Amino acid sequence: MSYLPPGLPIPIPERNGLSAPYWEGLRRDALVIQRNPRTGAYQWPPQWIAHDDQGIDLDWVEVEPRGLIYSWTRVWHPVHPALRDACPYIVVVVELPHASNVRLLGNLLGDPRQSIEIGAEVEAVFEHHAEAQPPFSLLQWRLART
Amino acid sequence: MSERSLRGRVAVVGVGETTYYRHGQAPEPEFVLCLKAILAACTDAGIDPKQIDGFASYSNDRNDPPTLATALGCHELRFSNMQWGGGGGGGAGAMANAAAAIATGLADCVVVYRALAQGQFGRFGQGPRAATVSGDLALSVPYGQMSPAQWYAPKAMRFMHEHRIGQEALRAIALASYHHAQANPRAVMYGRPLTEAAYDESRWITEPFHLYDCCQENDGAAALIMVPAERARDLKQTPAYVLAAAIGAGYRVHSTPAGFATPDLASSHFKTLAPRLYEMAGLSPADVDVVQCYENFTGGVLMALVEHGFFAAEAATEFLTLENLIAPLGKLPLNTSGGNLAECYMHGLELQIEAVRQVRGQSTSQVPDADVSLAVAGPMVTPVSTILFGSERVL
Repeated sequence: MSYLPPGLPIPIPERNGLSAPYWEGLRRDALVIQRNPRTGAYQWPPQWIAHDDQGIDLDWVEVEPRGLIYSWTRVWHPVHPALRDACPYIVVVVELPHASNVRLLGNLLGDPRQSIEIGAEVEAVFEHHAEAQPPFSLLQWRLART
Repeated sequence: MSERSLRGRVAVVGVGETTYYRHGQAPEPEFVLCLKAILAACTDAGIDPKQIDGFASYSNDRNDPPTLATALGCHELRFSNMQWGGGGGGGAGAMANAAAAIATGLADCVVVYRALAQGQFGRFGQGPRAATVSGDLALSVPYGQMSPAQWYAPKAMRFMHEHRIGQEALRAIALASYHHAQANPRAVMYGRPLTEAAYDESRWITEPFHLYDCCQENDGAAALIMVPAERARDLKQTPAYVLAAAIGAGYRVHSTPAGFATPDLASSHFKTLAPRLYEMAGLSPADVDVVQCYENFTGGVLMALVEHGFFAAEAATEFLTLENLIAPLGKLPLNTSGGNLAECYMHGLELQIEAVRQVRGQSTSQVPDADVSLAVAGPMVTPVSTILFGSERVL
């Protein structure tokens, strides 16, 4: 079951395939992001070039799908017909301290009215939309259990 | 001060706007609104529209300079400029580009303009309706994160968290705009005051933004005419001289849908611009008499005021009170026409006009002896821009 109802735009890789390894990783329960092979620096979102040394041969590597809530918002006003009855819902910005502090987005699963603590530990949930056309998976987050 | 400076070389000599309408309510096509605003600015300046030889706009305005110059019968087109970037971040940037063109001899009479007819062309605050999304949008839209309010809310949330800033700081910014709109007959919210209680009881749009923290969406058009300083002195209005301007962003400010990845998330992105602005003007924040600051969302105003050096972030809740923010006697009169929240969301160009009116002494909420007037465009967007205008007295 997905956190938000169906009917939102489906994420697909660009025609040039830049972000394809990320979307393919999510389908097999893996968080795969970019890393500079020379400096070891992770970076996100997908880019053709390393921000630190301008090399154009970034690697895609799997990272532990855990992080800390860096910021958040709780949405009460829907701006898409598919979300008309879905509010409120929570969006979190998650920072990965073990991967150069890159940040990713996602929904925070659970009670949409829960109080949210910046700095709280979260772990990934891979939300599969196998019936969608085309099928896709989303990276979601829940409060860490350990 | 650097020799390469705009200080005192160019002036705004005409301002004009159409009637401001609620979104979708304009009775005329957007192009006609644009023409009417430019004609009003020419009338205000006392110049023939055929003398305009340059056009500058921003945010992918749909009314292109060749079409406008042709329609207006301009003798010659010498400068046609678009400031890159969506949102209202380019409002002061378009003014700066026009000033730079004049200062360097590329053009002699440049109009800066912005026209919006959202009934004709659709609204900003709605999510994408496409079946699929790619690129940066794919990283946010599937989470229901798909409108400017939603994209920018985490920036304000983090800033308020880091500096322990209360919701009442945002409320004061909203109240100041509505307060000033009550004196301004042009304002869409003229006759519709806002109280603390009404703000507190208003619904959340997306936390930390209540309804009244979010700009309107409107139809209309606005325009300003700029000429060389020496020519400005012969025209009928009191010139508002450009003292300084800055355009840009800091290190790696990502596109709005991928803004969550920006290293300095809790920023309106004026940290690198404001020092350059003051240096070019030869002024400090304490010299600024009145501020117009683009309210896409009040949280952006909060961060922009801090980054322009008016108070420390830790003092924001204490400083941001209605009393401090209102003309004529507040410590920092803010958005004295009503701004994007309550005058009109003319993508912030109405704020550039109001900054000029303050220097002229023509505001409906005039600050006494407003010699230095700041207009800040599009906080949290990238690129952002900011400009200082001044009277003859500060040259």
